[in-house]
Amino acid sequence: MTAGAQAIAAVPVPARKQSGRWLTALLLAPSAVWFFVLLILPLIVVVVYSVGMRAPAGGYQAAFTFDNYLNLPARWAAFRNTLTLAPLGTLICLLAGYPLAYFLAVKCSAKWRMLLLILVIVPFWTSFLIRTYAWIFILGGRGIPALLESIGIEGVRLINTPFAVMCGIVYAYLPLMVFPIYVSLEKLDKRLLEASEDLGAGPAATFRQVTLPLSAPGIITGCMLVFILLMGEYLIPQMLGGGKVFFIGNALVDLFLQSLNWPYGSACAMALVIIMLVTVTLYLRATAATGGRRDASLI
Amino acid sequence: MLRAYSALLYLFLYGPIALIVVFSFNSGLSAADFQGFSLKWYAKVATNDLMLAALKTSFTVAFTSAALATIMGTMAALALQRVKGAVRALFDALIYIAIMVPGIVIGIATLIALVTTFDAVNAVLAQLWPGDAPPKLGMGYGSIIPAHTLFSMALVVVIVRARIAGMDRSLIEASMDLYADPWATFRQVTLPQLAPAILAGFLLSFTFSFDDFVVAFFVAGPLNTLPIYVFSSIRRGVTPEINAIGTAIMMFSLVMLFGAQLLLRRKSAPKGA
Repeated sequence: MTAGAQAIAAVPVPARKQSGRWLTALLLAPSAVWFFVLLILPLIVVVVYSVGMRAPAGGYQAAFTFDNYLNLPARWAAFRNTLTLAPLGTLICLLAGYPLAYFLAVKCSAKWRMLLLILVIVPFWTSFLIRTYAWIFILGGRGIPALLESIGIEGVRLINTPFAVMCGIVYAYLPLMVFPIYVSLEKLDKRLLEASEDLGAGPAATFRQVTLPLSAPGIITGCMLVFILLMGEYLIPQMLGGGKVFFIGNALVDLFLQSLNWPYGSACAMALVIIMLVTVTLYLRATAATGGRRDASLI
Repeated sequence: MLRAYSALLYLFLYGPIALIVVFSFNSGLSAADFQGFSLKWYAKVATNDLMLAALKTSFTVAFTSAALATIMGTMAALALQRVKGAVRALFDALIYIAIMVPGIVIGIATLIALVTTFDAVNAVLAQLWPGDAPPKLGMGYGSIIPAHTLFSMALVVVIVRARIAGMDRSLIEASMDLYADPWATFRQVTLPQLAPAILAGFLLSFTFSFDDFVVAFFVAGPLNTLPIYVFSSIRRGVTPEINAIGTAIMMFSLVMLFGAQLLLRRKSAPKGA
């Protein structure tokens, strides 16, 4: 720990410069090793495998071929589901969450604000698995469908549908959308709203011209967080989609653990990462152009 | 209207949780109709050896990976504030990748990289080993703890760096002016200021690991963590026992969350020293 002491406390005295450099290297070494062995190396393996061939007994056989990538359309359904339901889920979270964030930041009395905000975040800290399981309970045969049957509406099937998956998505990720929007709305100078009103703008115009643009960083951060997590989603479609509504994540589990087609699975994983990087980059570009701040950090 | 909408949203957020809690006290066997109050499912959980073993595994993994991540992440954050240029850009990129790449891809990549490495090493070991039963490397604590540490470490770096950036440098200079050596300055000035961030990083890492299913699913090998156990129980059917486990897990998270809040408040209250 002496190491840490100098790293932060040492005033850059020239005599100490040499030892300081060693110290920095020493402090960075463990994380560098970790990043290399558990992040870079595995990702390189995925890239290498993605141009390989499936061994007859499953697994990997060395080769150099782009067949795996050319075969990606065979899993088109998984890509289509992910690329429609992930943006749609993000949008629903935004539409559902913005009014709540606005209420908490602007309309809510200071006395209640902290408590209500904590109440938004608490579910996010409880088990993801259990929260998703709750929806099996609600939408399953003896949940809402049974209630509907008792009032005479029969044959409603909710579980294992896109609707069920969407319920799980919005339920799981709403807190993650509300929080960053709240943070940016909370920083907003309330006098601007008064000024806008004094200048004759109606509530709608004030919202459109003042509130919305100033909360853009929060919207961007929230959408990014939700979208990124949704792209790699596995549990929600698995539990609420019942094998009928599946994401790329579900295809990956199937390819790696069931059919043991590692090379093809690697190509799917690569495609997922590339699609994500491209979408997020394009999204950041587009929002930066419309006045969003570039420093919309991920965390 | 906004108020009513917000109330509805809270109902949406808490209804399902409340349902789980209520039905965990159901005396009936059916998961879906309430027949009276009972604690019998909790008694059943408390004597479920598989569940208890999974809980112990989850604790071990979460504590170890959070501790490793906190130490290495804090070290990296301290060092990164004094480097510029290529090294810094490299680390920024690594942290970005670790956070951006979906957990499922990290899990898969780690799985195939480790399996490939283990196969190669095991073949060599089998050749070299003089006895009949050569040691075999395999998935387990040795794969799941490092994998969880990776993501947590990236989180800790981000959190601690943010705190360092907001730190009052003048206190450090004052300490140096008063002839404190670097170690004393670190211990008495820097560390107390960073403590809340470090602690928050630890708790966040612990929670991530304790709650993670996807990465563990791939790299846990024969180990059963609590989420893996719960997942496979759900696959076998919805039972009140799962409700009881779920309620217990949620209670535990709440205690952790409020404990962390209290600690953070107390730690940050006394200013200067």
